[in-house]
Amino acid sequence: MEEDVETRKINSSFLRDHSYATEADIISTVEFNHTGELLATGDKGGRVVIFQREQESKNQPHRRGEYNVYSTFQSHEPEFDYLKSLEIEEKINKIRWLPQQNAAYFLLSTNDKTVKLWKVSERDKRPEGYNLKDEDGRLRDPSMITSLRVPVLRPMDLMVEATPRRVFANAHTYHINSISVNSDYETYMSADDLRINLWNFEITNQSFNIVDIKPANMEELTEVITAAEFHPHHCNTFVYSSSKGTIRLCDMRTSALCDRHAKFFEEPEDPSNRSFFSEIISSISDVKFSHSGRYIMTRDYLTVKVWDLNMENRPIETYQVHDYLRSKLCSLYENDCIFDKFECVWNGSDSVIMTGSYNNFFRMFDRNTKRDVTLEASRENSKPRAVLKPRKVCVGGKRRKDEISVDSLDFSKKILHTAWHPSENIIAVAATNNLYIFQDKVN
Amino acid sequence: MFMRGLKRKCFDGEEDIEGTLAGIKAIPSYNLQRQSLLDMSLVKLQLCHMLVEPNLCRSVLIANTVRQIQEEMTQDGTWQMINMQNTGQASVDRLVSTDILCRSSREQAEGKHVPGYSTFSKDFEGDQAQDSSETMSTASSVQALRNLQSNVWEMENSQENKGNFQKSLDQIFETLENKSPNSVEDLFSEVDNSYYDLDTMLTGMMSNTKMGHCDGLEPFPSPTTTTSSSNCKSDLNELDHIVEILVES
Repeated sequence: MEEDVETRKINSSFLRDHSYATEADIISTVEFNHTGELLATGDKGGRVVIFQREQESKNQPHRRGEYNVYSTFQSHEPEFDYLKSLEIEEKINKIRWLPQQNAAYFLLSTNDKTVKLWKVSERDKRPEGYNLKDEDGRLRDPSMITSLRVPVLRPMDLMVEATPRRVFANAHTYHINSISVNSDYETYMSADDLRINLWNFEITNQSFNIVDIKPANMEELTEVITAAEFHPHHCNTFVYSSSKGTIRLCDMRTSALCDRHAKFFEEPEDPSNRSFFSEIISSISDVKFSHSGRYIMTRDYLTVKVWDLNMENRPIETYQVHDYLRSKLCSLYENDCIFDKFECVWNGSDSVIMTGSYNNFFRMFDRNTKRDVTLEASRENSKPRAVLKPRKVCVGGKRRKDEISVDSLDFSKKILHTAWHPSENIIAVAATNNLYIFQDKVN
Repeated sequence: MFMRGLKRKCFDGEEDIEGTLAGIKAIPSYNLQRQSLLDMSLVKLQLCHMLVEPNLCRSVLIANTVRQIQEEMTQDGTWQMINMQNTGQASVDRLVSTDILCRSSREQAEGKHVPGYSTFSKDFEGDQAQDSSETMSTASSVQALRNLQSNVWEMENSQENKGNFQKSLDQIFETLENKSPNSVEDLFSEVDNSYYDLDTMLTGMMSNTKMGHCDGLEPFPSPTTTTSSSNCKSDLNELDHIVEILVES
């Protein structure tokens, strides 16, 4: 599909050479809200930046709803765990929006240990004409007041305020990797490496533990939870993925502790492809329900898989993201790239899926036509408003012009986080500390 | 980026290792590669300790890989369980120092990574025959793995361990002070480079690495050169730290 390119940088002190970019500005999560009007990003420095889509205006038809910075706030600060002598990073691992119920916007943001509920609201009027205090706020002498007036609301410059409304702390021993808002809009879950907790938005000092896979003897630990998500419509159903490439679907109605799954999704191993790295590359880094709720999509190191909830023994579709890395697994293990956690996203109609790769490449797969495309998010290779050119990685032998050989790939430029607008063909791609927003080209 | 012009090896045991191991047949070369993968994994597990907070998923995956290799080696018969008590004083010391490394939190780890690495390098010394050196290192690897397993994941045990390693901590720091600034490089150069005949993506791969401290220092030896200043990895920033500390002392 053709793309219109529009780039935004969220860090005004961006330096061209990535190797010197400030580490705190590395984007660690990207999420559209339910209408697509807002786009939130979290970074390694604990900040959240929210972009808002411009209202489309007839005066400037070529500027079709661009995203501008709406609000910036510090969500999490670095902490120190004195008991374990360890730092707790302020990096925002995930942001999830709540559906809008009034004029204010609400989102959940989490670092490794603490989840926070933020309220983002606008203020564009202020009251003037108080009786007991003057315009500066100083109290007036009551004996000097001779008349009464009614304060009136006068317009002021738009101010966007972000206030923390709830802090859900001290419930996770291990690092939180996922949060997911339930379809009842009253509860949400937070998942760490070994446990999943269920929270009520109103209660911060208690949470229910619904999954616990910690073994009695930690020496027997061989599997961890890597991602979790609630079903989009059934508030009793959720899935969680593991480092062994399995997905478990659980029903909270069966028991309080959902250690026994209702469904277990695992693809049998291909014996011809077996190596010492088989388990590592089968570890699932992300799991996402389709908007319809009928399918789940999982991302492991080399592939994206689509599963039908009604078929547990194998996925219905498998897409190769960068199979040319299969012969390089040893090197990728050596430099730790094999542990990179890529995310994956559905488009609004569940017909296209997207995920990131290395060298600032990201891939899209059309489930209906079975066509796929590789695109690049980089300033050097695309001008604003230019149509993105598809990229190709050449595996061996002769390299054609415009192809990139596997050896030339830059493995420090990885696209781990992407997001797709809920209803339109607008995508947000985080490339290290840059945010790219692409729109479909419409003539 | 990949090193250009370097003959890359697939980790499939089919190709011979060239160079210093000329004359060794194809089957042992698979063993050697497997051994080097095992050693690399164990070092990675130790490096986990040096990070601010070890990534549990990564540790579990590496530990599972180690277990897999050990299982295969057991089946092959190359695995010989050596009774650790009979190996004498020297090896017990080595185990102790590894043990301390396993229990250390970040501050101690900075001071003790070097002796820990020298544990592995001692295993590679030429006194022992090829086979027994493999088995020695794998035997100590088992102990190391068990220690690592119980200590990487059981942060709650730290209180009772603190007493034990405080004494050993002093011993280690004494040892470190006596070493010359060049000792770090000596330790690393003891490792036989031929073991690490793997695909190298070290050069220029992780571009956010501080290059300054890497001159002449090669924590993960590459098959090509031993003194190339460009072989540096971002996840060895911690080793830069240690070098700084050692050089300053």
